Amino acid sequence: MDKRVTFRSAWLPYLLVAPQLAITVVFFFWPAGQAVWFSFQLQDAFGESTQFVWFDNFTSLFRDPHYLASFKTTAIFSAAVASLGIGFSLLLAVMADRVVRGALAYKTVLIWPYAVAAAVAGVLWSFLFAPSIGVVTFLLKGLGVDWNWIIKGDQAMLLVVVASVWKQISYNFLFFLAGLQSIPKSLIEAAAIDGAGPARRFWTIVLPLLSPTTFFLLVVNIVYAFFDTFGVIDSTTQGGPAQATQILVYKVYHDGVKAADIGGSSAQSVVLMAIVIALTAIQFRYIERKVHY
Amino acid sequence: MADVSLRDVRKSYGAVQVIQGIGMDIADGEFVVMVGPSGCGKSTLLRMVAGLETITSGTISIGGRVVNDLEPKDRNIAMVFQNYALYPHMSVFDNMAYGLKIQGLAKAEIEARVQRAAGILELSKLLARRPRELSGGQRQRVAMGRAIVREPSVFLFDEPLSNLDAKLRVQMRSELQALHRRLGTTTLYVTHDQVEAMTLANRMMVMNGGHAEQIGAPLEVYSRPATAFVAAFIGSPPMNLVAGRMTADGGAIEGEGGVAIRLPVARPALAGREVLLGVRPEHLEGCAESEAMLQPDVDFMELLGSDSLVYGHLGTNKQGARVAARLHTSVVAKAGHLPLRFADEHLHLFDPASGKRIEP
Amino acid sequence: MVEKRPLLDFVSHAVLVVGAVLVAFPIYVCFVASTHSLEAIMQVPMPLLPGSHFLENYKQVLLAGSTKGSQAAVLDMLLNSTIMALVVPLGKITISILSAFAIVYFRFPMRNVFFWMIFVTLMLPVEVRIIPTFKVMADLGLLNTYAGLTLPLIASATATFLFRQFFMTIPDELAEAARMDGAGPMRFFVDVVWPLSKTTMAALFVIQFIYGWNQYLWPLLITSDESMYTVVIGIKRMIVGGDAANEWQLVMATAMLAMLPPAMVVLLMQKWFVKGLVETEK
Repeated sequence: MDKRVTFRSAWLPYLLVAPQLAITVVFFFWPAGQAVWFSFQLQDAFGESTQFVWFDNFTSLFRDPHYLASFKTTAIFSAAVASLGIGFSLLLAVMADRVVRGALAYKTVLIWPYAVAAAVAGVLWSFLFAPSIGVVTFLLKGLGVDWNWIIKGDQAMLLVVVASVWKQISYNFLFFLAGLQSIPKSLIEAAAIDGAGPARRFWTIVLPLLSPTTFFLLVVNIVYAFFDTFGVIDSTTQGGPAQATQILVYKVYHDGVKAADIGGSSAQSVVLMAIVIALTAIQFRYIERKVHY
Repeated sequence: MADVSLRDVRKSYGAVQVIQGIGMDIADGEFVVMVGPSGCGKSTLLRMVAGLETITSGTISIGGRVVNDLEPKDRNIAMVFQNYALYPHMSVFDNMAYGLKIQGLAKAEIEARVQRAAGILELSKLLARRPRELSGGQRQRVAMGRAIVREPSVFLFDEPLSNLDAKLRVQMRSELQALHRRLGTTTLYVTHDQVEAMTLANRMMVMNGGHAEQIGAPLEVYSRPATAFVAAFIGSPPMNLVAGRMTADGGAIEGEGGVAIRLPVARPALAGREVLLGVRPEHLEGCAESEAMLQPDVDFMELLGSDSLVYGHLGTNKQGARVAARLHTSVVAKAGHLPLRFADEHLHLFDPASGKRIEP
Repeated sequence: MVEKRPLLDFVSHAVLVVGAVLVAFPIYVCFVASTHSLEAIMQVPMPLLPGSHFLENYKQVLLAGSTKGSQAAVLDMLLNSTIMALVVPLGKITISILSAFAIVYFRFPMRNVFFWMIFVTLMLPVEVRIIPTFKVMADLGLLNTYAGLTLPLIASATATFLFRQFFMTIPDELAEAARMDGAGPMRFFVDVVWPLSKTTMAALFVIQFIYGWNQYLWPLLITSDESMYTVVIGIKRMIVGGDAANEWQLVMATAMLAMLPPAMVVLLMQKWFVKGLVETEK
């Protein structure tokens, strides 16, 4: 953790840390602290008076069927995004690791979506899936599917899942590729000499050795599904139809900004904070063991 | 150029004392080697002289001036590190010039000094290169060049040859000797390799567990080791050390399992005493059975050409008193007992408890 | 490649081609749609080859926005996005390299406290603290300003960690040699640490540029004035609801413009991009 050699100065380190510390305190700790503070309060409709209500906001939150539904929606959404995202990327990475020719071309095409904003991804896919004029809609109707995500909650969910997975493929793909390339070729060769075919080698050697990467990506994808997909939701369904796609972070935004429920929104923020801290703690505890200085 | 003086230098990390009261006066222009096994504290001591480690107690003086509280740059020293520590993004010239630039020397002066050092070290054609384009030996020379241009009072070397291959090490050793003859700067040199120590040093300090076991010229350390540790550390293969008890007439030692060695000259004053008997493998000679002072059973041999190393044991315990002898190949027996003798001047006796030399 | 299995090779390429096509498809459709007139797009199915309205559409959005929904000129929005995408990485890199240097190369009281304070910011993305951060910005009078857009995003510590990790790999002897050469800490920083950090900075710049450019929730909250919109927000505002009522050809043109700079950065700086990605999260 520590360098053997350090400089001695009474004031210089403080000067160097000051800018980051200042920004962190003003734009991070202060608002985060306020979120916690507001979550214990109730504001009236005009924002005139505030009342300290302890955990009332939290208890009413967990009794609110909409909030609990949002939990369920988020769980389904993130499970879908994580599993599909990891599954497809793993497949693509394994294939990309095998081919020699054209590897660079495939890679270049596959990492493009990373550059696309979540909101733009949402717009692109809602265009493709537009109920009357979308290209994919046309194909689906040809297959006999009655497609209209503006009305049907399940289809809206499908839309946002597809858009979110599409955007995340690049990230997962790159990490899986790096993970695959870090497996020593000698292990694969030894397995081949032992008589294992490609499928067996994959399941018994590659996949286990890839598990740190997979675990890491699982956590990252879940966090991604929780937060970075806001843009997808807002540019497409806005949480609808009838809250079918209202994930937790969207509800925070909706309740706080559209419905002006500061107390409730702050309480939701605090709950989300707790979830993220738990996820990040798990990730760091697991990954830190693998990191050596 | 200056003398260096260490007076009762100690260093502790919390409760652990890693340097235990070292004292030595190093004359102006001397080449002193601090040698010892890993963890003996030699690098720590060097870094204390450099100013990279603090001194818990005692004083270090350079050129008559106590330097305990001075920053490295104020001590007028230069250091060569084990892994060269060259600035990877700077050219060879810039690497050597960096310290001088900070000191504020004029460009012309910097140019002159760098060119001079480059000339001495045969680096003149490499001045524009980056460290990654150089071989290990070249990088080491750049590190030395960086030290030379500062024209310091003292050179400090921290295991500079450890990262080089064997052949290069031999070559660099002779280059270091030539450099010292030419520049005459006081030098402190740390190594774990006793061959380097023996060949380079005017005087050496053999260290063990944070204290100096012996300080002296190489030949003196070789021929009159002050402790059993020094005796075993210097010389390759190491000195044979056999434990036993002096007989009543002081003419031989006897150990467990039938170990017996006859002394060339009896020492009645030591009768009955427990001792460690030491004699170097190169001082054992083959002889007739009647003259033999010891007759080890031969276990195996290494035939090196004109010389051979014979490894055997005394007594019935195979793992007990192990003995090695360096003999002329023509003398070597195939198996069985090997009668050996040695001269009295090559006998060493040590006290088994303290390790200290017993004067005969 | 261990054995020769031509069937598996064929399957690998097939999978990759299908994957590449699926991934590229939305972008291709977007491009095609941006070159047609609205009538052409409203036909079902939409034509899949580029049309002839390229210049007309792009000129329209760049200069005047769409006719329904947001009227902001995309050119202005591109400018806002560019400013944000440059200020965030530059700001972040600057303050982070300094604090990482302080934390790694100095020992001072409160060092661990500061380290953990900065560490904690990694755990909470801006989405979790939106309401109060908005209030702080309002109180500071920073709504609808570039400072308001960028400052909260500079606060997170990803860059600090990357730099710290990198500094740990710089050999101790280098700092000792510099010390022997007489270099003080800032001299060491400028002459040795900074040049050695260049690749790390390049990697960080790429990732943070994309991050800053693609920001959505935060600019959404803090800008109400159309002149401060970023292009990513602008697209959303062009969609007025329902799918028949939108001017899709203009929306798609704007989307292409929104995707282009980050895509260029990724393509041109691919090496640093991959490095930055893989190392940021470790």
